Amino acid sequence: MYRPSLVVTFTKKSSVKMAKLTSLFVILLSFFCISEAVFEDQVGKFDWRQQYVGKTLFAHFESNTQSSKKMFVATDKNIFASFNSRTGDLLWRHVDKTGPEGSIDILLLHGQDALMVVGDGRLLRSWDTNIGGLNWEAVLDTGSFQAACFVAIQDTVKLVAVLKKAAISLHYLSNGHQKWVENLPDSDAVQYQAVYSGGEEEVYVLGVVPNSHLTIIAYSLEDGEIIKQRSVEASWLSSIESSCVVVGQGVLMCVDPATLALYTLPIQAEETPEFSQILLQSLDLEVFPGFQPVLVSSQPHPARSPLSEFFLQLGPDHHVLLQLNADGYTIAPLRDFQPAFLVSFATTGKKTVAAVMTPKNETACAINLFSVDSGRRLLDTTVLFPLEPNGGKPHTLYVHAFLKKDDSVGYRVLVQTQDHALTFIQQPGRVVWTREEALADVVTMEMVDLPLTGTQAELEGEFGKKAAIQDGLFPMVLKRLSSQVTLLQAWLAHLWKLFYEARKPRSQVKNEVTIETLSRDEFNLQKMMVMVTASGKLFGIDSKSGSILWKHYLENVQPNAAFKLIVQRTTAHFPHPPQCTLLIKDKDTGLATLHVFNPIFGRKSHIALPALPRPILQSLLLPVIDQDYAKVLLLVDDQYKVTAFPSTKNVLQQLQEMASSIFFYLIRSDQGNLSGFRLRKDLSTERIWEVVLPTEVQKIVAVKGKRPNEHVHSQGRVMGDRSVLYKYLNPNLLAVVTESTDTHPERAFVGVFLVDGVTGRIIHEAVQRKARGPVHFVHSENWVVYEYWNTKSRRNEFSVLELFEGTELYNSTVFSSLDRPHLPQVLQQTYIFPSPITTMEATLTEKGITSRHLLVGLPSGAILSLPKMFLDPRRPEVVTEHSREENLIPYAPEMPIRTEWFINYNQTVARVKGIYTAPSGLESTCLVVAYGLDIYQTRVYPSKQFDVLKDDYDYVLISSVLFALFFATMISKRLAQVKLLNRAWR
Amino acid sequence: MASVPRLCLLLSIIPTILILCADFACCNTGRKTGDGLDTDFSGFSVPLEHSFEVDDVSRFRMRGALQLRGGRETSVSLSQSQLSEEDRNTLKEVAAVDGLYKIRVPRVSLTDRQTERQMDGYLTAFVRACSLVESHLSDVITLHTDVSGYLIGVSIVTIPGACRGTEVEDEVDLEAFNTTLTIIPPTNAPQPETALFIERMDIEHEKRGKPQEQKSFFAKYWMYIVPLVLFLMMSGAQDQSGGGAANGGGR
Repeated sequence: MYRPSLVVTFTKKSSVKMAKLTSLFVILLSFFCISEAVFEDQVGKFDWRQQYVGKTLFAHFESNTQSSKKMFVATDKNIFASFNSRTGDLLWRHVDKTGPEGSIDILLLHGQDALMVVGDGRLLRSWDTNIGGLNWEAVLDTGSFQAACFVAIQDTVKLVAVLKKAAISLHYLSNGHQKWVENLPDSDAVQYQAVYSGGEEEVYVLGVVPNSHLTIIAYSLEDGEIIKQRSVEASWLSSIESSCVVVGQGVLMCVDPATLALYTLPIQAEETPEFSQILLQSLDLEVFPGFQPVLVSSQPHPARSPLSEFFLQLGPDHHVLLQLNADGYTIAPLRDFQPAFLVSFATTGKKTVAAVMTPKNETACAINLFSVDSGRRLLDTTVLFPLEPNGGKPHTLYVHAFLKKDDSVGYRVLVQTQDHALTFIQQPGRVVWTREEALADVVTMEMVDLPLTGTQAELEGEFGKKAAIQDGLFPMVLKRLSSQVTLLQAWLAHLWKLFYEARKPRSQVKNEVTIETLSRDEFNLQKMMVMVTASGKLFGIDSKSGSILWKHYLENVQPNAAFKLIVQRTTAHFPHPPQCTLLIKDKDTGLATLHVFNPIFGRKSHIALPALPRPILQSLLLPVIDQDYAKVLLLVDDQYKVTAFPSTKNVLQQLQEMASSIFFYLIRSDQGNLSGFRLRKDLSTERIWEVVLPTEVQKIVAVKGKRPNEHVHSQGRVMGDRSVLYKYLNPNLLAVVTESTDTHPERAFVGVFLVDGVTGRIIHEAVQRKARGPVHFVHSENWVVYEYWNTKSRRNEFSVLELFEGTELYNSTVFSSLDRPHLPQVLQQTYIFPSPITTMEATLTEKGITSRHLLVGLPSGAILSLPKMFLDPRRPEVVTEHSREENLIPYAPEMPIRTEWFINYNQTVARVKGIYTAPSGLESTCLVVAYGLDIYQTRVYPSKQFDVLKDDYDYVLISSVLFALFFATMISKRLAQVKLLNRAWR
Repeated sequence: MASVPRLCLLLSIIPTILILCADFACCNTGRKTGDGLDTDFSGFSVPLEHSFEVDDVSRFRMRGALQLRGGRETSVSLSQSQLSEEDRNTLKEVAAVDGLYKIRVPRVSLTDRQTERQMDGYLTAFVRACSLVESHLSDVITLHTDVSGYLIGVSIVTIPGACRGTEVEDEVDLEAFNTTLTIIPPTNAPQPETALFIERMDIEHEKRGKPQEQKSFFAKYWMYIVPLVLFLMMSGAQDQSGGGAANGGGR
């Protein structure tokens, strides 16, 4: 029935020695671990993946026919992708290097070819848009990229021109070979910013000396010879890019916000040309105060000159369609659009239309098509774009126009909103699909339990404290009876639903998850994933299906803001709704704001927020709860003053009582300073300890405490001789990782400090010599696992530190950092890991009984579930009776990577950035979410599903055996009785 | 140990106590690094200050002087004075209100004395005053250094560490500190033990005895192959002669 779906291949080891190690490993492993791969029919049953591309920078549609299905986008995440425009599904996706090296400067589309300049003019690439294959790639000369355009020879597009800071080059479209390259004259003084070709024998390069003059150079297409070079006086012009476009028969149209005038200049003119000025006033146009006017033009085909119609944006919601008359220097206004947010040109066949988005009402915007020639509105072209109450405003409009069978113009429109969402709309206003591209950059997340169902909640309410006090005995009995009846009703309804659905074929049964039907399942396996994205959009995602249940866009979030998501109240306190708080901190000013919301419905809570006038240094969630069961959040500002949230009287009183036992720490990595503070009764603080790591030697790169919701089931480890080695379980322990400032491979080191966060005592200080970062580490229970780069052996290594108190506990009842005079024993071991890693996290379960695994995100996109058993510093060099008794794996220097350990089989997670683990209601099961460019959710069972019956459990067999035994007992009992009776008679 | 403070009671300065030598793990070349080093590191002293106030505002006073000796073998010793009558009372008062007893040392480098660069700032640590009182001033002070010999942290604990609320009647118990002083350099984290592992594997292989050397196919089955080949050659020779004849005929 089950077939393993994975083909296991081991990576080839280069040296024979390594191969020997590996083979030995495999043999050893087979004793200790049973394979845990996914079976073929389990694929997608408990897991899902969503792929994203990021914020769209360029978008193009395939050819302009009604039936075309493809669209292409290039994004800020350095991704070139194609969508199916009918469904919004990803057809293919190319993920380039991160950072400026892979950034996409421009995307041009012509026929089947998509041209792309990558990495600030480093590479020119051509893609086949049908299959997404690379046609060719050409390495361009150095120099920063300025502009690019297609160049046509005799009405066919054959070349592409790339303008760099100091050179222009022409490349053939067919193979990417360079036709010619020419250095631009006087490129130190002149800023060349635009390149224009209108189907003539020349290609024009436009440059500007800011506030002085404009330079026009015409190059011959044939050999790159300069045909003409003109210089035009333009003291008002500072940038061609931002204020000029080419319209009509090669006329440069510029707008000057200072003089409020349009300037026109024929580029191709033979004699020395001059700008002619047209005052906006003469056209009865007025610029919104303080607004920089923007020109928008369109060149439908690279072999022809651009349209003589163009848009001029005069204000945030004011556009005008203008036409350049045939004489080349007079302008006629065609139509005034006010209010109008967005405009866009679209061409199909010979017709060009303009799409204009206007606000309709609170909840929708209307998009209309207008004929470009006349400015008349085309009939029956209205499309409604729904505005979500907590969504972003429309940002860009991409229009796909096509000719219908009756030769009228039809269109579909792609709207990009400020929150990076893409919405595709068809006439007459049906939203075909929406892609939430903000999810390509998840910053932090939490998983929140779903609420109980209505009936369960009612029961909870019945036995709530408040109810019992208010009501007498008789109403309580009545309430009890009524809730029993509702329970019975719910059960009957459930039975009926089961019966009803059982009759239907399985494919038709759809379990649509909506926000109304959300309720906790039997084992709490379904949770709400609250995801915070870099753009400031929050999402609530159902962990079972991956469907987005709510979204909330926070406007005014700075692009470099840091987020911290805190669950202040879980779902457990019915009737109080759960409460999450998002701390948003501006990295430049340090000023913070709070956003408090209900994580199940995404609604903003209307709670009085504390005023935070000063930069916030640290936030800490206390186990103290207020009368509404919300945990107290303390915010420490730069004057070490503490603000409590919520700050009711009850809370302040509790804080005063507990003040002397509330300690916190602050870390200033720029000064290498770690310091501890104690709260005073008046909510001021006093500095009580200070540790300083000199920044000349090493710098602090990361600090991690333990997760507050982590449970450790066993206090110690039973050794081979039946004695117990107690773990050092200090909940206040901080792992501080440093890297040396000296980066020489021989002298570089990575430091690991274990510091008690209350007393500032350095529990352990280890130095990994000849090592450098990036260091990834996990700190949990009594261990720290870190991974670094060994500069001497040039390989990645894992090291594990475990802390033990010894064979006797100092104080077994309670742990206090203030009363642990003895330092723990520290054991450490190091292993070779055959791959670099990008992120690491440990599994987490409800009670901590299940053995732990490390989840390691690899650059390949795989997520490796590595048993912690392999990272155990007590692995013996030499196998003894005791170590065998303890089930310790003999030490081997190399850590294996087995492909069955990839929990995401072939569902790779591109650029995995973080892994989040959460316990479920089942002890054996841990929920895992890996996020990066993609989001992947699954479950892992580190110790197998010991508390769950298998899918193929044979109920028939077991029950028939039971029955058979039962009857056998009955019969044999009867027989025995008869026999006894007979014997008695004898 | 306990007798030492008693003997020295008459002296106002008690030179105590511990010296822990911590070898840096780097190998010793065997050659004495010379007297120059010794004179350089012949010891310098830094103040150890403490503060205990009822109102918890730090006012640091001199407790003693740390004699630091850097170099290949770092060592430290502490000379400290007795607590005055006034201090003893304050300490008891602080202990009564569960105040803190703080100590601090200036940031110094143990090795880099030539530059004499004075780093600003102090390293601070604390212990509950009550535990100090209840332990009769038996404290353990640990100094932590980093790889290049800078002091990075100090910690103080008392043994026993708990506050049980026992009254300390005897004034004598609070006069002199019974300090254990250690200096802890960073430990070197281990590297992967490849050499040892391979060695162990080799030994295991040897123990198991040399495995049967893989014989080649020919070595194993020569007794079958040779007759077969001989047979084929014999028959082949016959064929060849026949074939040669046929060829000859064809020509």
